[in-house]
Amino acid sequence: MGKFKSKNFFRAIIKNIPIILLFVSVLNEFDFNYLGLSYFSFDFPFILIFYWSLIKNESLGYGFIFIAGMINDVVVGLPIGISSMSYLFICVFASYLRNITLRPSLIKDWIFFLFTIFFIKSLMHLLLVLFFSFELNYIILITNLFFTFLMYYFLSHLFRLYSKIAFGNLYD
Amino acid sequence: METSRDDFIIAIRSAFLQKGNKQRFSLIGLIFFSILILTLEKFNFKAIDYLKISLKEIVYRSAFIVSAPENFIFKTYSNIESHFNIYKKYEDTKAELKELKAQKSIDPFVVAENKKLKKLVNNYFIDSNAIIAKVLIDKKSPFFRSVIINKGSKNYIKLGMVVLDNNYLVGKIVEVNYMTSRVLLLSDLNSKIPVIIEPGSIQSILSGTGKNHGVLQYLKENYPSENKSIVYTSGSGGLFKPGIPIGVLNSLEIEDKSIINFFSNFSQLEFVEIQSFNKEEY
Repeated sequence: MGKFKSKNFFRAIIKNIPIILLFVSVLNEFDFNYLGLSYFSFDFPFILIFYWSLIKNESLGYGFIFIAGMINDVVVGLPIGISSMSYLFICVFASYLRNITLRPSLIKDWIFFLFTIFFIKSLMHLLLVLFFSFELNYIILITNLFFTFLMYYFLSHLFRLYSKIAFGNLYD
Repeated sequence: METSRDDFIIAIRSAFLQKGNKQRFSLIGLIFFSILILTLEKFNFKAIDYLKISLKEIVYRSAFIVSAPENFIFKTYSNIESHFNIYKKYEDTKAELKELKAQKSIDPFVVAENKKLKKLVNNYFIDSNAIIAKVLIDKKSPFFRSVIINKGSKNYIKLGMVVLDNNYLVGKIVEVNYMTSRVLLLSDLNSKIPVIIEPGSIQSILSGTGKNHGVLQYLKENYPSENKSIVYTSGSGGLFKPGIPIGVLNSLEIEDKSIINFFSNFSQLEFVEIQSFNKEEY
């Protein structure tokens, strides 16, 4: 009985890895920059949310994404609600792409992801500068956008591998 | 043409309104809710302040626990790295110690002379109260260079208090919660501090760059600067006590602005000292 329960628990953990990763990443704010490379940073939650909203919509609940955004705002020190809004907009873009896609292709998703993050980050920075009088370093923000775009390709391969292990089939 | 426009509208509407099989909340509802929160925050709505304070207390503690494994790996890596550099560090320290020993013999005379001169000009001494705090979160973000510490209003922390690391200035308190506070680091873009460059007593403003160094602003052209000049707080504006060491002038310049290398390494902060300064008349 105990063995059965622990097996179910393990399975539940495996199946909920995207949501666990989302919360760990917003609480931890990790940037994977252990070598201290200047300008290197990327938005892991953006990649995670876009990928899973596109491929397996139900693996990240909108409510959880909203809460994760609020946590991110608190950790980073941004006005409450701005990350939630941008994360939910990512879901809108991903959902739109899912609706219009007949034959999924990683390269097309990747290009669309660039357009998505460009639009969302521009909106986010515009709000921060115009309404909340933030002073931002645009070089850091542009390199962050560029690395977020680059990392999507690599991380999507990793997520695809995980998806095959956890769910068997990728597109359902 | 008309059909493709219809398809676009249908896809957009579906993206916003379709809840999906296992989604409990509608996307458009949550987007409107986050916009509402943002708007209320912009107008300093009281309920949002309470929501923020409660969220911060929970999130800062949770973030500290969640960051523990990553912090452990990072610390282990830097420990190993420092073990490899130990011989070079030993040689540097030996040379520095020799210099400091020579300097030390002059110090008591300088301190006594300073006190005597202050009495002459009828100045005041500054009495300080220090609180030691542990750094809970020190994650870099593209927006902010700040750290979260484990002391808040419960420990008499107030806005604007000075934060030091081994007597070097690292920043000031910009947000106080009940059990935690946020320190805005000198490297943040929004940090502007009145400073004095010695030798020469040149007044300037030190501004953060978002990177690991600061730049001097509003300096006269061709000011008589020396490489390795030390930058201290000037005390102008009454925000900081004068004479807190900040960093050293670098010979390089970016866009005609002098670079300051901070004495303290902001990515290695573990414990910091928070000080409030009171003028002590005599």
